[in-house]
Amino acid sequence: MVANKFVLHFSSALVEQPIIYRLVKDYDLIINVLKADINPHKKGYVVLELSGDPENYNSGLEYLKGIGVDVDPLSGTIFWNKDRCLQCGACTSFCPAGALYMTTPQMEVHFDDSKCIICESCLDVCMAGAVEVRF
Amino acid sequence: MSVEKSYAEINEKIKKGMAVVVTAEEIVDVVKEKGIEKAARQVDVVTTGTFGTMCSSGAFLNFGHSRPRIKMNKAYLNGVPAYAGIAAVDAYIGATALPESDPENRVYPGRFLYGGGHVIEDLVAGKRVKLEASGYGTDCYPRRHIETWITLDEINDAILFNPRNAYQNYGVAVNPSERTIYTYMGVLKPRLGNAGYSTSGQLSPLLNDPCYRTIGVGTRIFLGGGSGYVAWHGTQHNPGVPRGENGIPIGGAGTLALVGDLKQMSSEWLRGVSYVGYGASMAVGIGIPIPILDEDILRCCAVTDEEIYAPVVDYSSAYPQRESGDLGTVSYAELRSGTIKIEGKEVPTTPLSSYTKARQIAQILKNRIAEGSFQLSQPVQPLPSPQAGIVMKTLEEKKNKE
Ligand code: SF4
Ligand code: SF4
Repeated sequence: MVANKFVLHFSSALVEQPIIYRLVKDYDLIINVLKADINPHKKGYVVLELSGDPENYNSGLEYLKGIGVDVDPLSGTIFWNKDRCLQCGACTSFCPAGALYMTTPQMEVHFDDSKCIICESCLDVCMAGAVEVRF
Repeated sequence: MSVEKSYAEINEKIKKGMAVVVTAEEIVDVVKEKGIEKAARQVDVVTTGTFGTMCSSGAFLNFGHSRPRIKMNKAYLNGVPAYAGIAAVDAYIGATALPESDPENRVYPGRFLYGGGHVIEDLVAGKRVKLEASGYGTDCYPRRHIETWITLDEINDAILFNPRNAYQNYGVAVNPSERTIYTYMGVLKPRLGNAGYSTSGQLSPLLNDPCYRTIGVGTRIFLGGGSGYVAWHGTQHNPGVPRGENGIPIGGAGTLALVGDLKQMSSEWLRGVSYVGYGASMAVGIGIPIPILDEDILRCCAVTDEEIYAPVVDYSSAYPQRESGDLGTVSYAELRSGTIKIEGKEVPTTPLSSYTKARQIAQILKNRIAEGSFQLSQPVQPLPSPQAGIVMKTLEEKKNKE
């Protein structure tokens, strides 16, 4: 048995496909959806735990990559250091999950870790070193 | 009757704790409510603010003399080289300097985790910083090498001197190319994936005094948490660019050279920053008070984000190749809304300077003036005006004697 958490990013074209169904049916994987944001006609993501026997697990991942799903392994948690944050807001336009967000009209930056999908997009963007991954 | 006030009158009110001070954000509503004339009569000072990365920044340090003495010609602070080509124990640590051991962009995109801006932040935070210096030895300065630890308190002088800060407006950076690019305007996603912008718009100092009627050489300002002065016009001061009807330049224009005592400053307002793929630098907090000498000055301070426009610039090819490439202009109101439209496409905006911190600075400066601890100074010389005939020069490659 292999079990790991992943973030799957879908393009708008893929959103309509029965991907999860295929993973269960064709690859005999157990799927535990942890978080998802999928709307028809828009791109979206799913955070899920995949488990199954190693062969199925690997071919399931191959299938996902083959049809163009971006598969990122999920590891660690994101830590936002409020004191280091310069409150610029740069990260908020990179955060796909709305975990780092800016209020209007105050333009204040906040972090809601329950929304974070640990995609790590904010890490490269933050010039202040205010976001870190902790394992 | 038109309003006319002098610096002396305003300072007299400040001394008595009677000056009416509002921020450049608050003035908008005051004017809406009272009209220009009444507001100009009532308000004495409008405070502005900005907090963002300003690469052309650094500090002159004087370490004091060792025994035996050394004339440093190479100096390193926490491994970051400082320019030592001045007197024996003087050096200038620039915000973007990197340790020689930094891998830079050899592993692309580089991280630039620690540079001159971080050294300045550490000094201001009171941390111990390692000083390593070498000299070639002279009769008067026999020593050739020294390794020691310093703190800001233990050295004679630390003068923040920033040759170019507080840019009056700035371009909006986009990337129409097919790959992600890493710039001083942040990470820019391909195919117009986002648009990086800087400046605090309606709160920004030089956008509230577009023709430099009150900000000039000798203006006392909030700098890095302490107070400092406008030392000169900044490098690349380019006041002659196209302006809107309200006098506001559409794109980068005026700049300021700023000076102040680093020992009074705080690491809350001087912060080392690292731009992936670009380099290290420093975020600087600046606030400038604008005395309301007449209605015209007040009218300029009441400017809103809707009335300030910035050009959209292609940072994947036009900017690096120094070519002009017009992708239109957008207002700061649109930028701040979170998305702008470029060539019919909705593009999310990426702010790089902090509006919240800019507002905080304007508020702190307002409080200092209102409580009488910060007096205004009258400039001793104006900045070169839009009519001064300044034209930006470029650097051309030439052969000797060409
Ligand atoms: S890792 Fe960063 S960008 Fe990704 S969801 Fe979490 S906060 Fe947002
Ligand atoms: S990019 Fe970094 S400094 Fe800027 S708001 Fe986000 S966490 Fe704060």
